[in-house]
Amino acid sequence: MSRRPYIRKVERNWFLSQRRYTLYMTRELTSLFVLLYCVFLTLGVVRLSQGQAAWDGFVTTASSPLGVIFQLVCLGFAAFHSVTWFAVTPKAMPLMIKGEPVPDKTIIAVHYALWAAVSAVVLIAAGV
Amino acid sequence: MAKSNKPLLWLPFAGGGLVSALITPALILVTGLLVPLGLLHLPYDKLAGFAHNPIGKLILFGVIILPAWHGAHRLRMTAHDLGLGNGVLVKGACYGTAWLVIIASADALLSI
Amino acid sequence: MSETITLEVLRYNPETDSEPHFQSFVVPYHEDWVVLDALNHVKDHIDSTLSYRWSCHMAVCGSCGLIINGEPKLGCHAFVRDYRGGVIKIEPLDHFPIERDLVIVMDDFIEKLSSVKPYVIVKEEKPVSEGEYIQTPAQLKVFKQYTQCINCMLCYAACPQYAMNEGFVGPAALALAHRYNMDSRDCGKDERAEVVASNEGIWECTFVGACSEVCPKHVDPAAAIQQTKIAASLDWFKALLLPGGKK
Repeated sequence: MSRRPYIRKVERNWFLSQRRYTLYMTRELTSLFVLLYCVFLTLGVVRLSQGQAAWDGFVTTASSPLGVIFQLVCLGFAAFHSVTWFAVTPKAMPLMIKGEPVPDKTIIAVHYALWAAVSAVVLIAAGV
Repeated sequence: MAKSNKPLLWLPFAGGGLVSALITPALILVTGLLVPLGLLHLPYDKLAGFAHNPIGKLILFGVIILPAWHGAHRLRMTAHDLGLGNGVLVKGACYGTAWLVIIASADALLSI
Repeated sequence: MSETITLEVLRYNPETDSEPHFQSFVVPYHEDWVVLDALNHVKDHIDSTLSYRWSCHMAVCGSCGLIINGEPKLGCHAFVRDYRGGVIKIEPLDHFPIERDLVIVMDDFIEKLSSVKPYVIVKEEKPVSEGEYIQTPAQLKVFKQYTQCINCMLCYAACPQYAMNEGFVGPAALALAHRYNMDSRDCGKDERAEVVASNEGIWECTFVGACSEVCPKHVDPAAAIQQTKIAASLDWFKALLLPGGKK
């Protein structure tokens, strides 16, 4: 009897093989859009530092059809990031109060409340 | 095996993940939807005034660079998942972009 | 004729096969059978050469981990009735070399498991006459969930990072490391950190979460690893900031 273990290769598109992997990959790809939007924001502050005309130009770019489409795509992925991030937070940071674990649902709910509060502050600061 | 220095990359990733989860969608909502629809205006004076204030500078810096680092670090891991490896090119593209964001935004904010 | 169900079993004979192939077996359908019962029927009545591991038949020994219709499951924990009217596709655990048929080579897992020192390490062993190492129920509660691991390796079969990074210590071993790190009687955290907090340890994990989803004992390795990342990061910064801090 001879041993000859058979090794199976990982397919390059492994993340399409199961729904959970595809969701994971979608979650991970939110990073690209978060990063791209940050680059866009950086462009914004650079233009802001260059004066009124430069800033107005940036707002025009941001409001152009292409600018809006880009940002809406980013918004979709950013919101997906928020939802998936909050969903796993209780796992990474479980909380014990008086020796009793705080239920996952409570931790998640607190994060959603924080999300709403921070968003409200941003909108109010922006002048809604 | 030795202890890794990954915490240096990972802690800002995790912190940036939380910051970006809390604030990035609202920021995009403003710049990408409410302003283009004309429901909101971002006048230069108001924003420049905010960025002139040291605390305002710090807030803007934070909400830009933390999510950027989060995105860059995660993108690097994702590139590996996609079979693009873990080479200098991938690292350079991801962290390089983050550093560009950090330096350019710091430079711009300090000059306002 | 009474009802039957078809099994499609991945076969591999290292002496004759160049690669694995599926073989179909038609077995009787029983409402109370698990997939392991169906495999036992094949072995006893159809083809005695079929190789697979099993022992307890009650989700305790962790021997009969299989990929059943694409999902890592214990053969004794997956009811045939849940696949009624269809075909049950049975493969050896993913991400491990196949020794023969449904038997995988687990050396890599065993090596990694022992590398994290999954046992209580005390500062000083005390003689029995001095009594037990006392632990309160509250102290037990902190890590009890992680003690449920039966080393069935379903989490390794579910983990894409284990598949892509040969060196990755992997979910179960890291969850067990966390289990002992959290144990109030244990002092071995720093010893374990050499493996746990290395590049091949927790830092290869990208929190896919599949390990926790497939775990038959609800151990939640993904949670253990993320908590270890936070703890290891804080330790790292402490060592950096405190002069003469532990390396």
